[in-house]
Amino acid sequence: MAHADTVIDDTIFHLEDDHGHAESGSSTMLGFWIYLMSDCLIFAMLFAVYGVLGGNYAAGPAPKDLFDLPLVALNTTMLLLSSITYGFAMLEMAKGRVRPMQVWLVITGLFGLAFLGIELYEFAHFIHEGATPQRSGFLSSFFTLVGTHGLHVTFGLVWLVVLMVQVSRHGLIAANQRRLMCLSMFWHFLDVIWIGVFTFVYLMGMLR
Amino acid sequence: MFDNPALLKAIFGRLTLESLPLHEPIVVATFIVVALGGIALVGALTYFKLWGYLWREWFTSVDHKRIGVMYMVLGIVMLLRGFSDAIMMRLQQAMAFGGSEGYLNSHHYDQIFTAHGVIMIFFVAMPLVTGLMNFVVPLQIGARDVSFPFLNNFSFWMTVGGAVIVMMSLFVGEFARTGWLAYPPLSGIGYSPDVGVDYYIWALQVAGVGTLLSGVNLVCTIVKMRAPGMTMMRMPIFTWTALCTNVLIVAAFPVLTAVLALLALDRYIGTNFFTNDFGGNPMMYVNLIWIWGHPEVYILILPAFGIFSEVTSAFCGKRLFGYTSMVYATIVITILSYLVWLHHFFTMGSGASVNSFFGITTMIISIPTGAKIFNWLFTMYRGRIRFELPMMWTVAFMLTFVVGGMTGVLLAVPPADFVLHNSLFLVAHFHNVIIGGVLFGLFAGISYWFPKAFGFRLDPFWGKMSFWFWVVGFWFAFMPLYMLGLMGVTRRLRTFEDPLLQIWFIIAAFGAFLILLGIVSFLIQIFVSVRRREQLRDDTGDPWDGRTLEWATSSPPPVYNFAFTPVVHDLDAWADMKKRGYQRPLTGFRDIHMPRNTGAGVILAGLSVVLAVALIWYIWWLAIVSFVALIGYAIAHTFNYSRDFHIPSSDVARVEDERTRLLAAEGQAG
Amino acid sequence: MVVMNPAGDVAAQQRDLLVVSTALMLIVIIPVMALTIFFAWRYRQSNREARYEPDWDHSTHLELVIWAVPLLIIICLGAVTWMGTHLLDPYRPIGRVAAGKPLPPDVRPLEVEVVALDWKWLFIYPEYGVAVVNELAAPVDRPISFRITSASVMNSFYIPALAGQIYAMPGMETRLHAVINKSGDYEGFSANYSGAGFSGMRFAFHGLDDAGFQAWIAKAKDGGGKLDRNGYLELEQPSEKQPVRHYAAVDTDLYKAILNMCVELGKMCMSEMSQIDAKGGLGMAGIRNTLPLLYDKFARRGTIFGPAPSYVASICTTEEALAASKADQSATPMTSTPIVGAGLQRPLPLSIRLPSPSATGTLRSPFNS
Repeated sequence: MAHADTVIDDTIFHLEDDHGHAESGSSTMLGFWIYLMSDCLIFAMLFAVYGVLGGNYAAGPAPKDLFDLPLVALNTTMLLLSSITYGFAMLEMAKGRVRPMQVWLVITGLFGLAFLGIELYEFAHFIHEGATPQRSGFLSSFFTLVGTHGLHVTFGLVWLVVLMVQVSRHGLIAANQRRLMCLSMFWHFLDVIWIGVFTFVYLMGMLR
Repeated sequence: MFDNPALLKAIFGRLTLESLPLHEPIVVATFIVVALGGIALVGALTYFKLWGYLWREWFTSVDHKRIGVMYMVLGIVMLLRGFSDAIMMRLQQAMAFGGSEGYLNSHHYDQIFTAHGVIMIFFVAMPLVTGLMNFVVPLQIGARDVSFPFLNNFSFWMTVGGAVIVMMSLFVGEFARTGWLAYPPLSGIGYSPDVGVDYYIWALQVAGVGTLLSGVNLVCTIVKMRAPGMTMMRMPIFTWTALCTNVLIVAAFPVLTAVLALLALDRYIGTNFFTNDFGGNPMMYVNLIWIWGHPEVYILILPAFGIFSEVTSAFCGKRLFGYTSMVYATIVITILSYLVWLHHFFTMGSGASVNSFFGITTMIISIPTGAKIFNWLFTMYRGRIRFELPMMWTVAFMLTFVVGGMTGVLLAVPPADFVLHNSLFLVAHFHNVIIGGVLFGLFAGISYWFPKAFGFRLDPFWGKMSFWFWVVGFWFAFMPLYMLGLMGVTRRLRTFEDPLLQIWFIIAAFGAFLILLGIVSFLIQIFVSVRRREQLRDDTGDPWDGRTLEWATSSPPPVYNFAFTPVVHDLDAWADMKKRGYQRPLTGFRDIHMPRNTGAGVILAGLSVVLAVALIWYIWWLAIVSFVALIGYAIAHTFNYSRDFHIPSSDVARVEDERTRLLAAEGQAG
Repeated sequence: MVVMNPAGDVAAQQRDLLVVSTALMLIVIIPVMALTIFFAWRYRQSNREARYEPDWDHSTHLELVIWAVPLLIIICLGAVTWMGTHLLDPYRPIGRVAAGKPLPPDVRPLEVEVVALDWKWLFIYPEYGVAVVNELAAPVDRPISFRITSASVMNSFYIPALAGQIYAMPGMETRLHAVINKSGDYEGFSANYSGAGFSGMRFAFHGLDDAGFQAWIAKAKDGGGKLDRNGYLELEQPSEKQPVRHYAAVDTDLYKAILNMCVELGKMCMSEMSQIDAKGGLGMAGIRNTLPLLYDKFARRGTIFGPAPSYVASICTTEEALAASKADQSATPMTSTPIVGAGLQRPLPLSIRLPSPSATGTLRSPFNS
């Protein structure tokens, strides 16, 4: 509350003039932040599960038999680049320039699609080899952790498209700016999660 | 066409006529009663042309007060279902001795104790607690509504959706036969191939979304929307406990979502998270579910502590003793609740050091809890105690809860837990804290805030009847279970051999019968109060000489809560205003900006239920259709930008003038 | 009340801890209850004699007391808990027969292997080579060392008169050490719900003097029959309220096979699997090393979207596995618990020759090394 800490005349018991309390912007950002933290906990759980089951290969393949680090590095690059381009889009939004912002959003979306494409290729490859999620505890937790991240990216892409349509219809009105900020947080959050996945699952998996 | 099994399977999944329990007389009779009741209700609503009113004013309402009341109604309706399960169990256990099988076979009995636990926690205690927080918190902090009013409506309907799924399992298919936490491998596809566990998973997932979002919403509301002057340390204690509870919800429910999702993956696509083979680990499920499960206990009890604090202070006519230490005690409990989960399975063989660590952290929680009890005690000290119903519940709570607290600390001593774990002693303990703590608190809260919600008090005679039946019934029902636990009787048993035990079960069943009378009295109390509402009416908006802001506005409060945002100078803001001669403003009203009602919450939750049912019964076409519809409708909803409106100042003035008139009349009468 | 009046030393110490803890807590519980009633009566509204101080809401002294007293009690209780938990750890071999009665130096504990089945108990006495269903006996004052596992779902092994309970879990081993001090017939059961037949999952536990115990073993020997792998697979089928059944002989490696979930020949034992996994799995070649599951006690279906049920095949041949298990008869106690909690023992680091991934099928058993 902005005015909670300011000194108030202690004979005043009510405000003559008040700001609308319904869905104000700062509330939305805080609310979305709290939601992201709860989502983060879901990932924390999946990481913990991977930590417990990650070594249970059931006499099947281990990470070093499966993972193709150059491919994952490429994939990581796609996602990191998409975060940067989203940042550029937000800079354009701050300047109020709709068209360049939309272009950056399109580029972000393409990078996101590339990321998803490579991930799906990797999954298809594993499954084709027989390393299915059902083969071992390790593979179950691997597919679930990485797949949940992928689902989030998919959802982010859908959201991105919806927002682009809404911006083209209504322009950069306050509601749309707020939504773009939320998606921005979401997108960067997925980046942070992916860095965790890349480090703990792929890099450390190769070291195991 | 109907003799083609492949086609039928494509259309109906594994739902067949055999899934309907037509051969089970008890279920059929229940169904007929429920169906007749439902038809009568629908008929009455249609006859009195109430559908439009309900839809416009309640179902689609984004008003936190109405949503709060709807949560309470849901909780009370589900209490009836959960209690039916309880009394069926008590009857079975009182009968099944000396070779008698009782009247329930294991197929039924095992579903009943599972459903009892699930319903009482998720669909009775949670909605009642959430409902009270929803109703009270924005009023206590001087806000017009919660941060996200639409989300609030959606959360409520998701909770209803979960309840609908559980209720459906009674008549279509079956519920889980696993115990309320569905430990694998028993809940895995190998040992529970039927729909029961799927009902369990999807009911909790649907309701869990609602709970999580309502947690986000209330945290945001409390952090962002407090009235000017209300610093954190001037927040009413109920708001503090609500804040801590919702922080716990936000930090605990994702764990439940994740762990149930993993169980669902095991059951649907054959992954190996919790299986015996292929590197799965069932112990991980037990750990994960309790990492959610223990905070859940505090999610329920903290708001009850808040209610008792408000009630004690109000009815002792006194400031709350040790407000600051009360706040810190609450925060300490919130943090510690994440460090104790292992005490639910000392017997899983974790080793002495791990066990003693978790045992001792558990005991440490009793220190802030004890401090709270003392604070209530010293609030009564040198007070002037009015023994209205809420205060009676509070005293009963203090006398009952300390016993539950004591047995809880006992169970936290690992070697003692080895002999009492999973026994009826444990069952008695957690009913002692949940009934003696949460439920007594909810009843105190209901009788305390009912006049605020409806403008008239609850009838005290039937309230006292309910109170005495509940309290005495509780002691009769659960003290025998403590004894039985010490005799080495374990929980979830359907039949018994030792005939000497029977008398204790009969006493417990008698206690359950007294509790039944308590519930009936409560329902009569509401009915009688509505009939006698003119005698019980309160026009002041402040029937108990309250101390916090919710008593500053009218009862029931106008849709905008406060015509002017109040300014707070003291912890007991309203007591302070009364003491310093606050004059209600009579002119100068302005337009008030409010959110608009929407049916989107009902539709989204409805689609979620359809999706869940399709997944439970393997009806894939329906799952796909409902999923696409769900996403499509959600997206379409975001294209609606006109979600608010202004209440014109003339309307505000009309409502406020009416209140001025009532207050004047009251003043002359008084 | 058997929990308050047990017949075994471990349970008696657990009871003592219960009593001590209760007494410690009553120090604060009784005054609180008394004060609640007293204040409620004394400061009732109608009593105008009592002082009324509406603004009195703080006293540093009082607050110190109300935090300090519970804290002190919890410190005492915490100390008691720490010691009690370590002394009464079910994994710890017992140190005395009863209060004031130390363990004779030459006594060897009675080994009992416990298997929780759907829905009955199997007890194997490796020392005597007998097995019994739903009945357990032990000589008075001789320590008992239980090794506990389960065939399917979680159960809890509990004899209130003897000692506290511990979970029985599939593919895992838990331990319990106890001693019975008084002869008599006691009740044992599963204390963790395990499905439809759970209520009937009870057994009698007899505390017998030495002669009585020898007679009981002899009776078991007379029961005839041998419990081998096939017999076990039949016994394992779900059944409720089974009568007592004796087996004069039992396969020496049966318990180990049950614990490692490889009673069915050709299935890879969990000990084998965990050692292979510890060395990094079997690589891509290991992927196809699964066979369709033919035997299943529940005639289980697969999951709707998953592959047909299967199991990981052992990489040694049946003959090798049998030879290995025979060679292993006199080996050290089973330590290759596949899944270990913090308090469970780690598997002994056996130096095994790991098969190279390229040559699955004709590999030597890890047991042979």
